[in-house]
Amino acid sequence: MRNLDEKALTAKEKKAKLGPDVDISSYGSETVSHDYVENLVSLSESDKARMILAGVDAHEKERSGTFIQKDTAVIHSRSKQEGLEVMSIKEALEKYDWLEEYYWNLVSVETDKYTSLAQLDLQNGYFIRSLPGSKVTNPVQSCLYLAKENLSQNVHNIIIAEEDSELHIITGCATSEHLQRALHVGISEFYVKKNAKLSFTMIHNWSEQVMVRPRSVGRVEEGGLFLNNYICMKPVKSLQMYPTTHLVGKGAVSRFYSLLVGSPGGEIDVGGRVLLEAEETRAEIVSRAITNGGKIIARGDLIGEIPGIKAHLECRGLILNGGNIHAIPELQGNIDGVEMSHEAAVGKIAQEEILYLMSRGLSEDEATSTIVRGFLSVDIPGLPPGLKAEIDRAVEQSDKEVM
Amino acid sequence: MLHIEDLQVKLGDKEILKHIDLEINPGETHILFGPNGSGKTSLLMTIMGYPQYKVTGGKIFFKGEDITHMPVNERAKMGIGMSYQRPPTIHGVRTRQMVEICAKNKVDPEALAAELNCSEFLERDINAGFSGGEIKRSELLQLTAQDSDLLLFDEPESGVDLENIVLIGNTISHLLQRDFKIDPEKTQKERLKERTKMGLIITHTGFILDYLTADKGQVLYNGVLVCASNPREIFRTISKVGYEECIRCAI
Ligand SMILES: Nc1ncnc2c1ncn2[C@@H]1O[C@H](COP(=O)(O)OP(=O)(O)OP(=O)(O)O)[C@@H](O)[C@H]1O
Ligand SMILES: [Mg+2]
Repeated sequence: MRNLDEKALTAKEKKAKLGPDVDISSYGSETVSHDYVENLVSLSESDKARMILAGVDAHEKERSGTFIQKDTAVIHSRSKQEGLEVMSIKEALEKYDWLEEYYWNLVSVETDKYTSLAQLDLQNGYFIRSLPGSKVTNPVQSCLYLAKENLSQNVHNIIIAEEDSELHIITGCATSEHLQRALHVGISEFYVKKNAKLSFTMIHNWSEQVMVRPRSVGRVEEGGLFLNNYICMKPVKSLQMYPTTHLVGKGAVSRFYSLLVGSPGGEIDVGGRVLLEAEETRAEIVSRAITNGGKIIARGDLIGEIPGIKAHLECRGLILNGGNIHAIPELQGNIDGVEMSHEAAVGKIAQEEILYLMSRGLSEDEATSTIVRGFLSVDIPGLPPGLKAEIDRAVEQSDKEVM
Repeated sequence: MLHIEDLQVKLGDKEILKHIDLEINPGETHILFGPNGSGKTSLLMTIMGYPQYKVTGGKIFFKGEDITHMPVNERAKMGIGMSYQRPPTIHGVRTRQMVEICAKNKVDPEALAAELNCSEFLERDINAGFSGGEIKRSELLQLTAQDSDLLLFDEPESGVDLENIVLIGNTISHLLQRDFKIDPEKTQKERLKERTKMGLIITHTGFILDYLTADKGQVLYNGVLVCASNPREIFRTISKVGYEECIRCAI
């Protein structure tokens, strides 16, 4: 690990390629202790309410496990199902020597100052793993919660779906009601082994002055499926991420769906990148962005390295009340015989659609929100119904705020 | 009752409706003829309240109220409904939802869709990739759910196959309370008297006339209503000599 520290030190001042630079020294990273919570129902009402929005069910109904970190402290962590492991990353690193092979294996610690920070000043994070052959059909819920004003929350997560297993995760990041300024740095490494299926649905509920810098990379082996859904509809000061997936085994599939809503004064720069490095791999990136006055950059990058791969990128933006959307779809075919395509469209709601709905009896506002909700309601194949319902709920919620 | 008085309408800089007078009494159905581009759709859109059709003169009254400047949704609430010639596609909004919106959740979309041969596209995004005939049926489905008092049909039978034309013809006839049925309680004459629904139907083919009776035919030519007469009479003339005869009347 000392080696990692050395590498991290070299990147300590290294600015990220994208997104406004964050002055890390202006945030604190001292340990903020919170008591462990045996029963989530005993959380404060306001914390619970915020966590529910991020997909956390306090009764753990239809959940196979839970991990909650508040500020720097893990306040709840358990697996309810055999074949599923849920623990803090620190605990996991102690428990499993082999985990070092996975730690900082996909994401390079020298990427930028944020990866450096997550190494040099790691607080915690989660480790979630489905054992070979186990089907964990109820989702694991996790939440990284920020309550301490001016904290820099630095976490590292590792998710492993072992061979032939199935794993669904719903993870929320949220801030307490009164929190204003904070920084969240999250490293995530996803391993989808042979014929495994992993769905990862992330719902972010930040607040106006929070800076967010996730760094995540996934690796999918032969016959594996990685569904990555990202939803960010609440205001955030600045969010920049470019999750990347490597499809390294024959027939591996990756889908990245993102739903973004930009608010005045906020800046969202979210992309998805998939490298199709093996035979018969497939990738799809779909993004829907709505701005209500904020700035959104929606990137997408598909890189085809092998003949016969198929990949599609779809990027749609809707400008509601000013603001701007910059769609940057990129395709790189590095060899003959790749099939790659993209669609991108940015615009405002067509008046004709509003009037059509009005002629069926809706008011102008109702018509607009019906169209907005429709715009955000992308069908995500392969999600269990419970997760789909969570996404619908998030969309429903944001819809009220967008209006 | 719909009462239009000396209506003048501009679309952009173009005058598309000129001094239109039209009256549809409760229980009446009118057929609107006219060559391509004569302003038929524009007239319906103006009655529905589409703001790009600027009323530069005249007035529209509905149920005794001046609705000339009333927003579209308020007209819908007052009982005006329209079946569009070219409705927009709305991604993410399903046909089922449209039916629910129209009916304010008062009908069962599934049952209604089955009646109107719309079951296959009930879960599809509204108008997304719909065939010509599917659009007509989906429009009719929505209008049936909406239960308006004044129904505006913009070429409801254009491009519809023979089997569906029967369905569409009979449905429109029913919506306008024009279906014939033996009622032990009431004579046909009594039923006729109780008719309240008003209809304005644009047609090029005249097929619709095989399925319902209409009280009046109107011909719109170059933005002017040039003729009001028996609809079958008008249709026969147009079939024989085209709109040439209308030019003579227009001059
Ligand atoms: N957006 C527009 N911009 C410019 N001109 C338009 C526009 N929409 C309609 N028009 C013109 O207005 C006139 C009337 O059009 P309208 O659609 O009312 O005709 P119509 O009688 O319904 O024709 P059709 O039988 O072909 O449906 C036409 O000349 C048409 O080209
Ligand atoms: Mg027309």
